[in-house]
Amino acid sequence: MPSDDRIKAQLMTARDLGRTLDRMAQQVIERFDPMAPASPVDTFALVGMQTRGVHLARRLQRRIHTQTGQELPLGLLDVTMYRDDVRLRLDKPEIQATRIPFDVTDRELVLVDDVVFTGRTGRAALDALMDRGRPAAIQFLTIVDRQHRELPISVDIVGREVPTLPGEEVRVRVEEVDDEDGVWLVNVPVSERSTNDSR
Amino acid sequence: MAAPTSSAPLDRPGALHHRHLLDLSTYEADEIRYLLDTAQEFREVLDRPIRQVPTLQGTSVASLFFEPSTRTKLSFTLAAGRLSAETVSLSKSSSSVTKGETLKDTARNVEAMQVDVVVLRHPSPGAPHFLARCTDSVVLNAGDGAHAHPTQALLDVLTMRTHIDSFEDLSVSVIGDITHSRVARSNVQALTTLGATVTLCGPETMLPVEMEAAMDVRTTTRLDAALDGCDIAMALRIQMERQDAGLFPSTREYHRQFGITADHLRRHPDLLIMHPGPVNRGIELTDAVVDHERSIILSQVTNGVALRMAALYLLAPRREDA
Repeated sequence: MPSDDRIKAQLMTARDLGRTLDRMAQQVIERFDPMAPASPVDTFALVGMQTRGVHLARRLQRRIHTQTGQELPLGLLDVTMYRDDVRLRLDKPEIQATRIPFDVTDRELVLVDDVVFTGRTGRAALDALMDRGRPAAIQFLTIVDRQHRELPISVDIVGREVPTLPGEEVRVRVEEVDDEDGVWLVNVPVSERSTNDSR
Repeated sequence: MAAPTSSAPLDRPGALHHRHLLDLSTYEADEIRYLLDTAQEFREVLDRPIRQVPTLQGTSVASLFFEPSTRTKLSFTLAAGRLSAETVSLSKSSSSVTKGETLKDTARNVEAMQVDVVVLRHPSPGAPHFLARCTDSVVLNAGDGAHAHPTQALLDVLTMRTHIDSFEDLSVSVIGDITHSRVARSNVQALTTLGATVTLCGPETMLPVEMEAAMDVRTTTRLDAALDGCDIAMALRIQMERQDAGLFPSTREYHRQFGITADHLRRHPDLLIMHPGPVNRGIELTDAVVDHERSIILSQVTNGVALRMAALYLLAPRREDA
């Protein structure tokens, strides 16, 4: 749980997050074309955005596998090199792993992130993916859409829409990195506010 | 710009506490590891169809090479280009002007060009430090005399890291003209900071004994002693002009005593071979050794671009006009 004094509300429990992922996995499966001769394994892929999107994408991959027997390829994407604020910041953001072990060209990609906010991270991710080839389509999936977009980026599969106020942020916590699952609305002092993240 | 101009650690967040990359003497193990980790992620960019990212758009990088260099200059230019930085270069023969004037001119040129990062190769030790003091640009040392060549040492340890489990258990021997080698000096600094054991080996005329105490290394004039228990042997290029200075009798004599041959590789079945290049085939290493599967010289070159991308990324100054 984020530190006590900051929590405004819990938006999802671990169970809610699990059910949301179940539903979103179903929505991805619905995009598979049952008439297509090729298996979705060859025409689809999940791309998790560092850090939490990677773990969420992995969970979606497992759910889709359990339901359909199809194990979609999974990529990891770090967009730091494509961010528009990289040179404005005093501290250089750490560059994390990018591993896309498949050809993106002609594939339908499902980009997975925890929260969408300004849309700037999504923009960076689109550029990063397009530099690898020409995907057939890119769908954007996020657990929370907290609105206040600064760029024309839309979400195709969303867990929950949460209109946030200034000073509020959304924290998606996943067991793999945070030792617990859940989504919280928190207050953030002005000095710590992220301007360009997907939080 | 009111940026600090010294290389003193800055009080700022982020994992690098230096503004410049002048030498590795003040870099801590965590900073070196962070540079290596970042370089590792930039390796991924080099394996893609489009080997360019927009990260440093709007940054200008000037390479000032006052000494001939092919691979270091090419490697820096490629690294800057892969990050979408703008590059300008200035080469000048340092023979026509005295050193002091050259450096001052350099500083003036740099100021006039309003560049963010200067990559400097200069025959005078300390030239990058001087430049860092008298300009606002970030300075990356691409080799200053016999003093330091930090990016070469960092790419060397990056290459080593892909072949080993930990630096604490690693034993590296550097073989050749240690006295005149900035590569040796910077490698000793990087390796000992990371916890590796280093042996320096060469003819007595090229082996500064004072380094043993000053840099926590072992020295020996016998190649066999250097290769015994050694995991990685790094041979240094012998400068032919040193022969005229009488530092070694002949290249054949040097090869007989310090050249690594296929026979050495047979006797040391796990030994890996490195060389900062360009290799004098048949002198430091025989042909069979250069082309041997345990020679990791070519991966040093690829790692060089990734490492320089990491250094440029982590050190490029914040854009103040935006």
